[in-house]
Amino acid sequence: MEVFLDQFLNPAVLAKYAPLVLKGAGVTVVLSALIVLAGIVLGAGLACVRAYRIRALSFLIVIFADVLRALPPLVLILLVYFGLPNLGIVLSSFAVLFLVLTLVLAAFAEEIVWAGITATPKGQWEAARSTGLGFTQALVFVVLPQAVRMVIPPLTNRAIAITKMTALGMVIGVPDILGQATTAQSFSANATPLTLAALAYVAIFLPLVIASRWLEQRFAQKGH
Amino acid sequence: MEAILQQFFNLEIMAKALPLVLKGLGVTLMICAVVIPLGAMGGLFAALASVSRNPAIRWAAIGFVDLFRAIPPLVLLIFIYAGLPFAGVQVSPFAAVTIGFFLNNSAYFAEVFRAGILSVPRGQTEAARSTGLSQGQTLFWVTLPQAVRNVLPDLLSNVVEVVKLTSLASVVSLGEMLHAAGLVRSLTYNASPLVLAAGLYLVLLWPLIRMISRFERKIDS
Repeated sequence: MEVFLDQFLNPAVLAKYAPLVLKGAGVTVVLSALIVLAGIVLGAGLACVRAYRIRALSFLIVIFADVLRALPPLVLILLVYFGLPNLGIVLSSFAVLFLVLTLVLAAFAEEIVWAGITATPKGQWEAARSTGLGFTQALVFVVLPQAVRMVIPPLTNRAIAITKMTALGMVIGVPDILGQATTAQSFSANATPLTLAALAYVAIFLPLVIASRWLEQRFAQKGH
Repeated sequence: MEAILQQFFNLEIMAKALPLVLKGLGVTLMICAVVIPLGAMGGLFAALASVSRNPAIRWAAIGFVDLFRAIPPLVLLIFIYAGLPFAGVQVSPFAAVTIGFFLNNSAYFAEVFRAGILSVPRGQTEAARSTGLSQGQTLFWVTLPQAVRNVLPDLLSNVVEVVKLTSLASVVSLGEMLHAAGLVRSLTYNASPLVLAAGLYLVLLWPLIRMISRFERKIDS
């Protein structure tokens, strides 16, 4: 037990590296918030474009969504991080992680919101149009809000799963929680920073996971 | 354009990388063959526990699921691979991947199975029991088949996520597909091997993703 505490929750190591991991937590939270915001807005936007049923555009959107849902995010991260500099485009590791995860979330969000749009009863469209709203107005003011409300549980789950992937940034040197913790672990030759990292992720994501469970239950009860 | 072809779609480099990347694909498939059944089984048990009538079992299962849904799989993997040796336990990359993914996948599979079990109407269980089936028989022959059918798209989409997740094994130097491609990339300073790996992931997973989309549409209508 003592060995365990010494190696996994060492007070001296804890005191020394907690600020670093905390700083990493700041990076994780900011990055996650940016990804959720940009990813969902972009995904919902693409789903709306698809609602116009312009063949060529819909086709491109489906390809985009399929490819980004099929490829492991880590492959995309390495591809962008190591590939683009060869073309003379140099992005920071933070920017690469933001870009890739935003696109991945957008792909999933597009599919989820699109499912919501197609599940909205036809009568809603007809009623909206018959009050004199144009197609775009009906889409934005009547159908989209209902569609998004219907798909809040899967959207929340997906957003959580993808923001958790910010930990992948460690591979390209983003100073997020895991990045800071692995650095600290190699400096201190002690596993305490890794324990700290796990605790930090639990502190950030467990409330979100519990909230998503609650949301799911509430939506199930309302009979959606 | 020329530069893009040269840096991302260099056939010469891809040809050189192919044998190693294919070998990596073999490892990827082997990891999948181990962690998907393990995760599905762990998930099924956790799901059954999470609908148990005993509150202690129920809450323990829900706690397990939520905890491992909150921890990023890479954090779990590195904790096991780089952390456990400090407790005197040496773990091979493969063992670390198996344990880490088992915990993570069980949690995700549990949620899917749980939704499936809850979707089977109570009357089904009552009817089965009243025909003289035992509780175990009812579960195995009546509840589970319907539960699995109801959540088939989600199960499939979980399988896709697990296959994608195996790419994390490259971080602990397990020689799966991404690791092999990354190795050739670092030798050639060219991204084409990564594009090759991406292409193989697409070949592997695109059919599954299409299938899921079709299933989902069928259930809608």
